[in-house]
Amino acid sequence: MMDATRYRAPQASDLSMVDLDELVAIFHRASGITHLVASPVPELLIALSGRWLTLDGIEQEFELVDGNRAGLASIMDELVAAGLIERRA
Amino acid sequence: MTPALTLTRLLADATAASSLDPDAWTGVLGVARAEQLIGTLAMRLDGLVLPRRVAEVLEDAKATALEGRRQALWEAEMARRALSGVIEPLILLKGTAFAAAGLDAGQGRSIGDLDVLVPRAKLAQVEAALLAHGWVWVKPDPYDDAYYRQWMHELPPLVHPERDRMIDVHHTILPLTARRTPDANQLIANAVPLGSGFATLGHPDMVVHAAVHLFGDGDLSGGLRNLWDIDRLLREFGDEEECFWTELGNCAAEHGAADVVARAVRLADALFRTPVPAGWAGARPTDRMFLRRLLARNGWGQETRPATRLAFYIRSHLLRMPPGMLARHLWIKWRKSAGGKERLQQAPR
Amino acid sequence: MKHVFGVQVGPVTFRIGSAWRKPITQLQALYRDYPKDGGVPDFTVRLAPLRPWRRWIRPAVAIGGDFVIPDAAPLPLDQGLLAAEMGMNLQMALGQRRFLLLHAAAVERDGCAIVLTGESGAGKSTLAALLQGRGWRLMADEFVLLDPMTGLIHPFPRPVSLKNDSIDVVARALPHSEWGPLISDTPKGTIRHLVPQAHAVAGAKSPARPRLLLFPRFCAAPDQRVVGAGEAFVRLTQASTNYVVLGERGFLALTRLVSDVTRVAIDYPDADTAAAMIEGLW
Repeated sequence: MMDATRYRAPQASDLSMVDLDELVAIFHRASGITHLVASPVPELLIALSGRWLTLDGIEQEFELVDGNRAGLASIMDELVAAGLIERRA
Repeated sequence: MTPALTLTRLLADATAASSLDPDAWTGVLGVARAEQLIGTLAMRLDGLVLPRRVAEVLEDAKATALEGRRQALWEAEMARRALSGVIEPLILLKGTAFAAAGLDAGQGRSIGDLDVLVPRAKLAQVEAALLAHGWVWVKPDPYDDAYYRQWMHELPPLVHPERDRMIDVHHTILPLTARRTPDANQLIANAVPLGSGFATLGHPDMVVHAAVHLFGDGDLSGGLRNLWDIDRLLREFGDEEECFWTELGNCAAEHGAADVVARAVRLADALFRTPVPAGWAGARPTDRMFLRRLLARNGWGQETRPATRLAFYIRSHLLRMPPGMLARHLWIKWRKSAGGKERLQQAPR
Repeated sequence: MKHVFGVQVGPVTFRIGSAWRKPITQLQALYRDYPKDGGVPDFTVRLAPLRPWRRWIRPAVAIGGDFVIPDAAPLPLDQGLLAAEMGMNLQMALGQRRFLLLHAAAVERDGCAIVLTGESGAGKSTLAALLQGRGWRLMADEFVLLDPMTGLIHPFPRPVSLKNDSIDVVARALPHSEWGPLISDTPKGTIRHLVPQAHAVAGAKSPARPRLLLFPRFCAAPDQRVVGAGEAFVRLTQASTNYVVLGERGFLALTRLVSDVTRVAIDYPDADTAAAMIEGLW
């Protein structure tokens, strides 16, 4: 069964990203929360910026490091819990 | 004039700022901070030429209020996301509502927990959705839990550990044990959508709620800020809406809160010179006691007038519960504290 | 409040009110060379009895002020000076908004600063105090103030709170120093406040550009390693009480700080070794 769950990231203008050696620090303006993330999270946020995509769509959109669907879903869950990504069933 | 009274004069009329010397400023800022009105004061005096030190302190207060506002609105957004599909739109209450609706009452206001109103019939679903999205109970105590569910107007408090913010889920705006019980369905039916998935109470309802909260939901500590909210709401709605005062009167009567709302209006007039129509003006002898209680703060930020405060503390419990229940409740609480039970620390509202 | 004391430390002014005379007298002695202040204060500290009779009967000082921790245990009156210092720390920790606050020490030379950060008990206060004897100006021992607009560190040279063995170590190394009273039987043992050197107090209005971010650790075998910017950022957010409330200003200030400085963790067995390692890194 096709999973219709969609995900969206904030508009680019809502995020301030700074590279810090091995990590990227992200300030999310709407929440005032600072996130420290590593690849592929910054890339995911940019790809989903202001648009709704399913997991299929995300995988098609750009190549993930290991094409691992379960891994991607789990990253998305964490980002939803952190408020960085919005989810719609 | 006491620093507390000076603060009310200053909030009502910013031009009074030019007459204050450094000692007076120190006292006013001390009261403002203790009464959680310093952000409000900063916004009221914004743009005025002030002594440098005062300007710096107020600048800090303004920055704090803005960050607090951001966090409060974000908390509302996370609750909205968790409850989408269960509750739409999400009705916001108190400070978060003022901020989300862009009301004057939200300007510079310090906002504590998130307060929302949901239908009683949906409480179980709301509770389940919040728990599923990371909220946890603040205190798992069987007696207090039953007391809350059966008698109080809200679920026992929930907190989101990651963001460290509490949410209070109300299903009406007064405890069911109180002698006055507003009609919750009417409140929800009259809610005003804001777009973006949120709503606030109808404007007369909002004022009634603020008045009820000011008098019926505590011993008036923090009351000065609540009264300021009421002054701002009355001015804004009174200005913009033709029949507002008539609707306010009707609404207050329907909710059985006519006395309380009338008193709130008189006190706002007394302290902040709210423009009120003829039928609402005037003063009652008991108003003086309320004013004494509201201004029971000195320039060092300490609470003063202990006898008045004690009288109000007792009164608030009498209002909340029938005397028999109160005795039982206090007895059980005393037993527990004698056994060394940890006290819950309440965040400021 | 019967007894009042106003003082300026770096860019911050405090008003301290007390129901008892003694803590104020002790503050006046400890802060003898600091600029006094009677204007509108940045922060207010209140030393008051929890109940009226506790003013005289087993007198205990409850720490109050603009910002408080509810239900904090009061201190006995003979630790009143400690209560005042804790009260000032509390105002800074909970109320500071103009500067990003780092729980750290800082020393300065030639207009540039070292920020020493790490867990409590890592010895950074003691190390900072001792570096005074080696050509460094003490800027802070407890709270480092970072200006989000300029990226400069502003001095906040309060008397250094030293505990137990550190008191003797520092007294021997800096024999001409001035001290507050010896305070015994505190939850952390014996405490004594060291007055910073004259040029530290006099230089309390002179900021410095941060050049080195040091993570010192008191340890038997000396060692040093470079710390990544990401790790440093995380550790500093944990060391800051007001990072979150500063919002984007705080984010930009801290990302800029960790990007601009040299970041090193050192393990040191004694102050001499630490000082030598620091000279090597400077």
